[in-house]
Amino acid sequence: MIELENITKVYKAGQTEVPALRGISCRIESGEMVSITGPSGSGKSTLMNIIGCLDKPTSGRYLLDGIEVSKLNDNQLAEIRNKKIGFVFQSFNLLSRTTALANVELPLIYSGASNRRQRALQVLESVGLGHRVNHRPSELAGGEQQRVAIARALVNNPSLILADEPTGNLDTKTSQEIMLIFKQLHEQGMTIVLITHEPDIAAYTQRTIKIRDGQIEGGV
Amino acid sequence: MKLWDCFSTALRALLGNKLRSVLTMLGILIGVAAVISVLSLGSAQAAIVEESFATLGSNLIYVTPRELGMSGVGAQSTLTLKDAQAIAQSAPSVEDVSPMAQTYAQVVAGGESLSNTIIAGVAPQAEWVDNYAVAQGSFITDFDYRARSRVAVLGSEVAKTLFGEMDPTGQSLRIGGRQFQVSGVLESRGMGFGLEDMRVYIPLSTFYTTLATSQVGSRGNSVNIISVQVKSSDMLESAEQEITAILRDTHNIREGEDDDFRVLNVASVADQVTQVLGILQLALAGIAGISLLVGGIGIMNIMLVSVTERIREIGLRKAIGAKRRDIMIQFLIEAATLGLCGGALGIGLGWIIVIIMSNIATNLGFSFTATLSGDAIALAVGVAIFIGLVSGLYPAIRAARLDPIESLRHE
Ligand SMILES: Nc1ncnc2c1ncn2[C@@H]1O[C@H](COP(=O)(O)OP(=O)(O)OP(=O)(O)O)[C@@H](O)[C@H]1O
Ligand SMILES: [Mg+2]
Repeated sequence: MIELENITKVYKAGQTEVPALRGISCRIESGEMVSITGPSGSGKSTLMNIIGCLDKPTSGRYLLDGIEVSKLNDNQLAEIRNKKIGFVFQSFNLLSRTTALANVELPLIYSGASNRRQRALQVLESVGLGHRVNHRPSELAGGEQQRVAIARALVNNPSLILADEPTGNLDTKTSQEIMLIFKQLHEQGMTIVLITHEPDIAAYTQRTIKIRDGQIEGGV
Repeated sequence: MKLWDCFSTALRALLGNKLRSVLTMLGILIGVAAVISVLSLGSAQAAIVEESFATLGSNLIYVTPRELGMSGVGAQSTLTLKDAQAIAQSAPSVEDVSPMAQTYAQVVAGGESLSNTIIAGVAPQAEWVDNYAVAQGSFITDFDYRARSRVAVLGSEVAKTLFGEMDPTGQSLRIGGRQFQVSGVLESRGMGFGLEDMRVYIPLSTFYTTLATSQVGSRGNSVNIISVQVKSSDMLESAEQEITAILRDTHNIREGEDDDFRVLNVASVADQVTQVLGILQLALAGIAGISLLVGGIGIMNIMLVSVTERIREIGLRKAIGAKRRDIMIQFLIEAATLGLCGGALGIGLGWIIVIIMSNIATNLGFSFTATLSGDAIALAVGVAIFIGLVSGLYPAIRAARLDPIESLRHE
């Protein structure tokens, strides 16, 4: 469960201050599938980074599963990112020199898990890439690369999947395939938050949070 | 993150860029190879020096004219046979004395001829004072000396040139046109000081009457060098003083005037040579050390490049749960591995250099045993890893401090 209370974020660009978020309050329940939309520069990614514990808010309170994130140190945040959160990026962000399997194993290395190979294979299988595990990203199509990235996000059994425009680099058909995977995950009980520009994609989610100029516009 | 995973991550990164990794190692490789070969060759060289001086004889003092030219072959010297006799009689610390005078002459035997050969007039004492080992026949005897016999003892090279494989003893030869008989052949001294093997030795008494009548001067028979054997090593200093006093007296040198001779203690000369070689070795090691430093800078440079190139990768690793420490260790291990591999290959290369050098030295006649000590290996590997770690530290800290969001956004 995600609880945000009056979150603000101010970037300092030299002399000027850029207020990216201006008092965001909202709740996302466990097991929800939520989309965040809004114009470019409205603060979607900033919000996502705060939810994903990659960044700290300038002010406000953020509780993730009841834990007050702003009170945690760097190492504890890294651990939360590793265990509780799975990221999916628009540009996939796979390590280009290693195989799909090695990419998926990566989070397990940092959690010190055993049985890594087996677990990674299992997740790759579940996103429909069981036959491509030894391919490098450059040998895979865009949709397949994003599946690898989703597998990597899932491999540590997180409670929350965060996806920043996961279909932004994909064609319509592939986008739909990827969204079906997210939908399946949602049906299995996972909390999913995704950023998108496209109404078609937002339509896959139960609820849409609209952001404009660093504030929530509609939705609750 | 487990240590093994740190290693395999680092190794994978290095193997992903093999050429660059190898080139980066090169600096450390060359540095370690240089250090290893300098150290190994240096210790062998010290042994050679010691051995070379040992062949000259023990507890030895050389007395030569002040002007070095006078100790040269054929030169009229300020030293005389009488000086040698005076030292032998009056210096209590002295065991024995071996005077020597030298000149050039042509030597002919059978069909072979050697022009400008050094003919050394020596006394029978030379055999033990100057430590000549006789291979065949016998050295110049007391009888030869007193009777001014026309006998000659050949250096090993001379014997080989004139007589080949044949036993020269009893054969006759002509020295400066006069008939001599070979009484013995010396064993080779090797490369040490070189000249002994190429000399012909005859009795000093014969020398003055036959070949070098010019060296019979008004002050007596001149000699080029006097070898003095001292009774024991702790008497070397007193012997030096006694010799100086005796010669100043016989040469009528007044108080305040300089000696017209030199007294050289072979052991101290050997010490000086060893010292000079040691300094030389240090200088070489210093140069090798600079190469190691340059190697370290190379590693740091490449690691910085590598961090910049992999900013997105670092951002991603952090996003999926890598701690600062994990990133730092990954880069440190990469740098240390570059150092270690460079060091290991450097030891190999250094050892090859040592083997090649010792083969060359052996072919030149040195008995050469360069050894690669375990200490040197451990030191080289340790230093190489240390350099890798130190060079990798700053890049690793930079990588660890990167902000994940900015890194992920990096193009
Ligand atoms: N590191 C930063 N330093 C300064 N300003 C920043 C920084 N990151 C974001 N901003 C600013 O904060 C605002 C919100 O940025 P953000 O990336 O959250 O927008 P977004 O909604 O994700 O946009 P898009 O749809 O284009 O991805 C923008 O005005 C942006 O310029
Ligand atoms: Mg964005």
